[in-house]
Amino acid sequence: MDLSSINPILLIASLMVAATPILLAAIGEMVVEKAGVLNLGVEGMMITGAVVGFAIGVNTGSPALGFIAAALGGAAVSMLFGVLTQYLLSNQVATGLGLTLFGLGLSALIGKPYEGMKSPVLQKLDIPVLSDLPVVGPILFGHDPVVYLSLILVVLVWYGLKFSRAGLILRAVGENHEAAHALGYKVIRVRLMAIAFGGACAGLGGAYISLVRVPQWVEGLTAGAGWIALAIVVFASWRPWRVLLGAYLFGGVSVLQLNLQAAGLAIPVEYLSMSPYVITIVVLVFISARGQHGAPGSLGRSFHASG
Amino acid sequence: MTENESTERSALLTLDGLRKAYPGVVANDDVSFTVWPGEVHALLGENGAGKSTLVKMIYGLVKPDRGIMVLEGKAFTPANPAAARSAGVAMVFQHFSLFDALNVAENIALGMDNPPAQRELATRISEVSEAYGLPLDPARIVGDLSAGERQRVEIIRCLLQDPRLLIMDEPTSVLTPQEVEILFHTLRKLTAEGTAILYISHKLEEIRALCEDATILRLGKVVDTCDPREKSARELAEMMVGESLHIPTREEFKPGQVVLAIEGLSLPSPSSFGTALRDISLKLSAGEVLGIGGVAGNGQDEFLSALSGEVLALPGVITLNGKDVGLLGPNPRRALGLLAAPEERLGHAAAPDMSLLENALLTGAVRENLTSRGFLKWGRVKDFTEKIIDEFDVRTPGPENAARSLSGGNLQKFVIGREILQRPDVLVVNQPTWGVDASAAAAIRQALLDLAAGGAAVIVISQDLDELLEISDRFTALNEGRLAKPRPAQGLSVEEIGLMMGGAHDMHEAEVNT
Repeated sequence: MDLSSINPILLIASLMVAATPILLAAIGEMVVEKAGVLNLGVEGMMITGAVVGFAIGVNTGSPALGFIAAALGGAAVSMLFGVLTQYLLSNQVATGLGLTLFGLGLSALIGKPYEGMKSPVLQKLDIPVLSDLPVVGPILFGHDPVVYLSLILVVLVWYGLKFSRAGLILRAVGENHEAAHALGYKVIRVRLMAIAFGGACAGLGGAYISLVRVPQWVEGLTAGAGWIALAIVVFASWRPWRVLLGAYLFGGVSVLQLNLQAAGLAIPVEYLSMSPYVITIVVLVFISARGQHGAPGSLGRSFHASG
Repeated sequence: MTENESTERSALLTLDGLRKAYPGVVANDDVSFTVWPGEVHALLGENGAGKSTLVKMIYGLVKPDRGIMVLEGKAFTPANPAAARSAGVAMVFQHFSLFDALNVAENIALGMDNPPAQRELATRISEVSEAYGLPLDPARIVGDLSAGERQRVEIIRCLLQDPRLLIMDEPTSVLTPQEVEILFHTLRKLTAEGTAILYISHKLEEIRALCEDATILRLGKVVDTCDPREKSARELAEMMVGESLHIPTREEFKPGQVVLAIEGLSLPSPSSFGTALRDISLKLSAGEVLGIGGVAGNGQDEFLSALSGEVLALPGVITLNGKDVGLLGPNPRRALGLLAAPEERLGHAAAPDMSLLENALLTGAVRENLTSRGFLKWGRVKDFTEKIIDEFDVRTPGPENAARSLSGGNLQKFVIGREILQRPDVLVVNQPTWGVDASAAAAIRQALLDLAAGGAAVIVISQDLDELLEISDRFTALNEGRLAKPRPAQGLSVEEIGLMMGGAHDMHEAEVNT
């Protein structure tokens, strides 16, 4: 075994890349759940975004257009969920699971012609001097724009939920939709906007896998990343900074265990492969065990205006 | 105020021929009346008379099918509450429209259309709450507040908007007499400034003290109007019900043997904003009704939990019929005859989305033999539920209906009836008639008195002093988790009660009986 082959700087840089898809999907889902909606279709929205982003990216040669299309595609399928659950009052759990299955099937259909193709390359940031700095250069200044976008989103979501009027209304709707309705807030409209935001974020996350991480299209590309994002939201107690921590922890352990496998660590591969899931959940459980911040009060409950 | 009003002043709000029908029920039919600036206008009626629907129409939550509203000379058709608020109409809800996970300032900001920045808002909240004698810390989480404090949040939320018409639905049901006085002072100050108040309450004495005009609704129609200052409470009640009213009667109380003894009960506060119980001692005899008054949030909920077994005490602290029950949970205590009906109807006393059958089963299983070897006896459950519905006049289409679908008063009758029919030795009830109309409240009080007359001991925790003095044999009060020494209720003066509630503690051990 040769641990010296693992470069800690490259490790940190690559964990940020590995964590970005999950971070994007999780921060979007957190906003959805804060509005009181449980959308279990994250995986389906991610993979839809992955295939749409890849197809548009390949056809136009522009990864940026690919990402925009992926966000729109994710938001579009999330609106299916939105109309079903908010207007037709279908069960959120069943509809979300259906959305995942639908997304997996749809993406396989759209993606068939694109198998084996290579995506256009998303340019990394290259700031003169800064990007060439030792240590901080590759970690802080050597990434592609989407990595920064995901971090900016975390900050915006945190700030928006905590300090803005719109964020307060969104939390109110998620906490007690009847009271919010009684005060005259448009519960369904707020929730649809949150669902669309969540869909767009999941779409971006999916496209990041197909356009940057892998980067090509294969069926079932997201491989459960959407489920991990859902788990991270819950174990992070619906708090943006903990979502960031959870996503980076998961990304970090994923990258580390790959490195350890390559270095020939004498632990069966199966244990290494499951380690990101186990460690992320254990750590977040310990964090959420302290403090008593629970789920939004109306999470998963259908709202129907009466009287 | 009532003289020459049509010639000298212009009406603030005029309702003309309002009608609202829901499938199967006409909630309001041809409702017309006028509210003048600077008056307190009472809206009277039993539960289900259509008061809530009517004020929802004024507040823009419900659209009338027919009829017109005129506010300050202009047609008033609020499409939503925000439109009503901007026209100068504010409302304090009966079922609080509050958000548990948010703090006081955030809750108040949500009820305003253009709230100032949080810090400025916090300052204004503190100012208004002090000016009107309703102390409130803007940074506290609403979920940790008592019912009385939660209502203050609602009231302050309205006052911050300088409304011209303030609708208050049962505003005093959880306030102490002193707090009610302060609120009335506030309201009179508001009316002197020209604000009109549309006031819904079941407390007729309050209406007589406060209101200048009253409109009485029965089954959705205006049946009468009057000046409540010129009527007695009984006359008002009879106008509402349309028949003569039953006043609870009682038999002379003869103390029996001690059934419940509490010795030095102290419990730490269950949450950071709860109240710790401090060294409570009490002896309760068979056939006695003990009334416990006190300002909301002084340990009432905690005391009930300690008695019901939701929170365990130390061994030897609580003795029921000579048996130590301090370490027993709710079901063993039920089996021994100690039953409780908590204050919060939906969520504590009853599971909102479960049927009445299931709710009856939940507390009745032990004493009514509703299960056998782990299986449910639905036939017996149905009989028991129907017995509750019959004997306590619970108005519901059937026992399969969800608890949530019942009106507050009907659910309260169900919850109290469910415990009484289990023939308890000791029954503890908290706020048994909160938000319940006059005739239902009288029925509940009578049932509690009958239970005591049958040999059970009853503890009634309430913030309605009139109620406590009407039914209690002995009276005491909780203040900051301490229980004052119980005294005979008969002949107790208001000053003495005020002292007990205000915490003039008598730290001596409570005597057996008086």
